[in-house]
Amino acid sequence: MFAHNSVIILLTLLIALMASIMPLPLSVDAFRPDWVLIVLMYWCMALPGRVNIITAWVMGFLLDVLLGSVLGVHAAAMAVAVYIMAENFQKIRNFSIWQQALITGVLAALYHLVVFWLQRFLIDATFLPSYLYPVITTIILWPWVFYLLRKVRRHFSIK
Amino acid sequence: MNPIFNHGPSPQHRLVLVLFCSALLIFFDHKMASFESLRGYLQSLVSPLQYLANTPKQAMTWASENITTRRQLMAENQQYRLNELQFHEQAMQLDIIKQENERLRSLLASPLRSEIKKMVAEILAVDSDPYSHQVVINRGAGDGVYEGQPVLDALGIVGQILHVGQTNSRVLLITDISHAVPVRVQRNGLRLLASGSGQIDRLNHNFVPQSADIQTGDILVTSGLGGKYPEGYPVSEVSFVSTDDSREFVRVYSTPIAQIDRLRYLLLLSEKEPVRIFAPKNQQLKDDIKKSQSLKNKDVKVVD
Repeated sequence: MFAHNSVIILLTLLIALMASIMPLPLSVDAFRPDWVLIVLMYWCMALPGRVNIITAWVMGFLLDVLLGSVLGVHAAAMAVAVYIMAENFQKIRNFSIWQQALITGVLAALYHLVVFWLQRFLIDATFLPSYLYPVITTIILWPWVFYLLRKVRRHFSIK
Repeated sequence: MNPIFNHGPSPQHRLVLVLFCSALLIFFDHKMASFESLRGYLQSLVSPLQYLANTPKQAMTWASENITTRRQLMAENQQYRLNELQFHEQAMQLDIIKQENERLRSLLASPLRSEIKKMVAEILAVDSDPYSHQVVINRGAGDGVYEGQPVLDALGIVGQILHVGQTNSRVLLITDISHAVPVRVQRNGLRLLASGSGQIDRLNHNFVPQSADIQTGDILVTSGLGGKYPEGYPVSEVSFVSTDDSREFVRVYSTPIAQIDRLRYLLLLSEKEPVRIFAPKNQQLKDDIKKSQSLKNKDVKVVD
């Protein structure tokens, strides 16, 4: 993991984890983008040999611990979303940036729905449209994260 | 060099493996609750991340606290002086009333109320998970925090401790969907149950009969019945009572009195000894009176 500057990947993932638990005002909180998912998506698309489903699951597990939800819920949802990316990374790489953003949005929606279904199964949560607000911010955020992480990848020549 | 064909297990196999792991975790964590001690360790393990995530907010608060004008400080100071005067006078009265109450209680042979120890804690992080209402505070097992400990802010009940780590712990808020507090109406002593609605500004009250005397504006305080929360702390104010006679029960909603969406400092309560439910016998009664007299001299300690 330490060869080819792969430690940078870990660092970006840790920053994403931090961003996803950072305290925000209540009005903005519902729109918090899925930082961890976006970063995982990028690395899985760019370097599928380094970041794969297992990494996604471990990140989801850490998110479970940080958010205090039932252990394994976010881990499973994250693994499912990244699985679809890992299966289709060669196609998605060749799409234009906005098409990629839309696909990320769809996967983020899937992620939130899987989390919701599991929560519904466990604690009888009821669906609120606000659970899907992060999808919008995730779509808007994708191009910026994509260019930033590509720059990081090329600068540190992570393979 | 990147190989064209990936080595190792295929994505399908990996997915099945991790989903199986997830299912096991969910089963053991949710149905069997067998990870309580492990969660403590995990909580301690990720606490550096939480402290780091909290630094921008702390920096902002530090800046806003340090960049205040002299005039502002003077005005604030004056306000505090006035407040202190008022509170001091109230505290004096409270002392007298407390003594009187204890004496009357011991005359009636009803259980004495034990002194409550308090500890101040600061909020570290607020969860972004919309399915649960929890906050993380900067006190843990090292400070004497225990599971189920009641948590207050300056205005009313906030929640109780859910998981304890070494240096931080997690508070379940009263608005969480899995939480309920036994309360009573302050005006007439009517007993109710205040369960969380999953919305930050609403508590639900189920199974209130049509004949119940309850109206909007009633203050609900803890009844002390569950044994978790001490008696008499304000919880919420009734905000809505339906007048639909065709239903079996009245729909009652209330708004929490504690400012759940803008918490910063919290108070953790702990009883020095568990409250005795049964009336003490004669021999015990004398001990209790002695004890209460020695307790009177000590003020309520605030451990910070």
